[in-house]
Amino acid sequence: MAVMNIREAIASTLLSEMERDEDIILLGEDVVGGNGTAGGPEAIGGIWGTSPGLWEKFGPERVIDTPISESAIIGAAAGAALSGKRPVAELMFADFVGVSLDQLWNQMAKFRYMFGGKAKCPAVVRLVYGAGMQTAAQHSQSVYAMLTAIPGLKVVLPTTPADAKGMLTEALRGDDPVMFFEHKTLYGVKGEVPDGDHRQRFGEARVVREGGDVTVVACGRMVNFSEKAAEKLEPDGIGIDLLDLRTTSPLDEDAILESVEQTGRLVVVDESPPRCSLASDIASMVSERAFTSLKAPPAMVTAPHSPIPFARNLERAWVPSPQKIEEAVRRVLGFRQEG
Amino acid sequence: MQLNRDELLGAYRRMKTIRDFEERLHEEIKTGEIAGFTHLYAGQEAVAVGICDQLTVEDKIVSTHRGHGHCIAKGCDVKGMMKEIYGRAGGLCKGRGGSMHIADLDVGMLGANGIVGGGAPQAVGAAIAARLQGKGRVGVAFSGDGACNQGTTFEAMNLASVTKVPAIFVFENNHYSEHTGDAYAVGTDKDIASRAEAFGMRAWRANGCDFFDTYSAFAELLEYVRAGNGPAAIELDTERYYGHFEGDPQRYRGKGELERIREERDCLKAFRSRVTEAALLTNEDLDAVDTEVGELIDEAVAEARADELPDAATVADDVYVEYY
Repeated sequence: MAVMNIREAIASTLLSEMERDEDIILLGEDVVGGNGTAGGPEAIGGIWGTSPGLWEKFGPERVIDTPISESAIIGAAAGAALSGKRPVAELMFADFVGVSLDQLWNQMAKFRYMFGGKAKCPAVVRLVYGAGMQTAAQHSQSVYAMLTAIPGLKVVLPTTPADAKGMLTEALRGDDPVMFFEHKTLYGVKGEVPDGDHRQRFGEARVVREGGDVTVVACGRMVNFSEKAAEKLEPDGIGIDLLDLRTTSPLDEDAILESVEQTGRLVVVDESPPRCSLASDIASMVSERAFTSLKAPPAMVTAPHSPIPFARNLERAWVPSPQKIEEAVRRVLGFRQEG
Repeated sequence: MQLNRDELLGAYRRMKTIRDFEERLHEEIKTGEIAGFTHLYAGQEAVAVGICDQLTVEDKIVSTHRGHGHCIAKGCDVKGMMKEIYGRAGGLCKGRGGSMHIADLDVGMLGANGIVGGGAPQAVGAAIAARLQGKGRVGVAFSGDGACNQGTTFEAMNLASVTKVPAIFVFENNHYSEHTGDAYAVGTDKDIASRAEAFGMRAWRANGCDFFDTYSAFAELLEYVRAGNGPAAIELDTERYYGHFEGDPQRYRGKGELERIREERDCLKAFRSRVTEAALLTNEDLDAVDTEVGELIDEAVAEARADELPDAATVADDVYVEYY
């Protein structure tokens, strides 16, 4: 086991997987950086520091700096994947899904089905997402729910360095398009990472803690916030089952349902507005499939139905906080049915 | 350019197959047996065949919503295509795609595309893969005068130019983007090929209603791209015999326009005149192909009609290779 942060886990996994499989190629804006400048290539080394040294090692035919052309980045990844390559396309900010959505939604996601199950499109799209760095309305969004709603795509959101390695490896060795979400505030999170081959299957939620009173379901940065809430609740004798979904498509429905059947209470935490969200999706799934187990209505802790603001205090007010999660847990515990 | 007898007969067979396939669909659609949107390629056959006849199975193409011609020219099974358009279990895509989404990766046909302009970036991806393969293969994007106005097409041309990959942009200008003329919608005094030139590419121009002109221009282009000179483009001036979609009343056509096009710009007639006048093939040779193709299309329709519908229980199969 080596200790590293998520950024290092991603960079080292890209390196080792590209060494292992020459079909893996990387493309995106400034994945190299510096091309066409006095500083020369590698002046930047990847804007998030996740692809340092790859251009020097694998050359410009496998590590491709692109112009700012998100549709072309995703479309080229789709075409290369249909042609037998395993492209990793980087969207510098997940918000730029909006620019490239057709290539994700109408193209990459649908090839296999439209073409009668004969095509494989093993593309990995890395999307840097999330609020917390005052990057405002167009550079902070958590667009995983939108992509989770698209059949044909898999959606993964690592929260630990071990999962970053395990799930990126799984994505690169699988044959389906994978949306690999990297939360910009989690790059520095450190942890132990298994040496050698490490694959984390998709569709398996991680049990972060078992407390038995309330089921809290979260993903991304909200897992960490939920842990903070759990620490506040512990002195009062309140224990939560905390599930880190790890992937939202496929979704580990069994893990959620099994926990809710024990606790009878659900809080879903989602770093996005509430309508048609991951939170509403899971709350509805639980209401439908575990209705008789529920002792209280499912609670959703989400952002408001608004864009993401810039000012520090406004952004903090927008993001679901540990305090709001704690309040939601106390609320569902305090619920008493009338009559 | 000197094509031998077999090559000429093959080219004619493929053009005639496309023509008969489309004209038969035009009739069969009126019976109500074929649902959905169908966009016919008749009139443009010389483009698909003049280009695809020079490609190998390892060269990839991406097509458009008007894709039947590209599919046939690249080698997709005609009976499988017909079954697909009829929405049958034996269709090339098991009835999941329909007319707008026919693909066969085994012959390098990466898909027709219901989104105008959707394919061009994918051809750049295929070209990135081709360059890594190192065998001189290419990725070809077929686009119309409609798709030439999409941002994806511009992005794809620029990305190809920047990365110098062997991508080829084929612009089939049939002068109508849906129901709007190119004189209005292509906002430049120049042609579409000049847009490719603006992205630093060499561009060719040819008569897309003349197989030989298309073939020889594309032969030059292909040699240039296969030699590692980066991407290139070609614009073909061609004609669409039918509407944007089947059922389009084509009120936008000028008086006598369709008759004139069929009289003056028919690629099959031009091919026949050229090869018989040069004594390369005889009318009997070509008539024999006509008969053979007519039988193939008859059989394709009969077999498509007789084929079963897909099993409804499979509706959600084939979304993923593996999902757990």
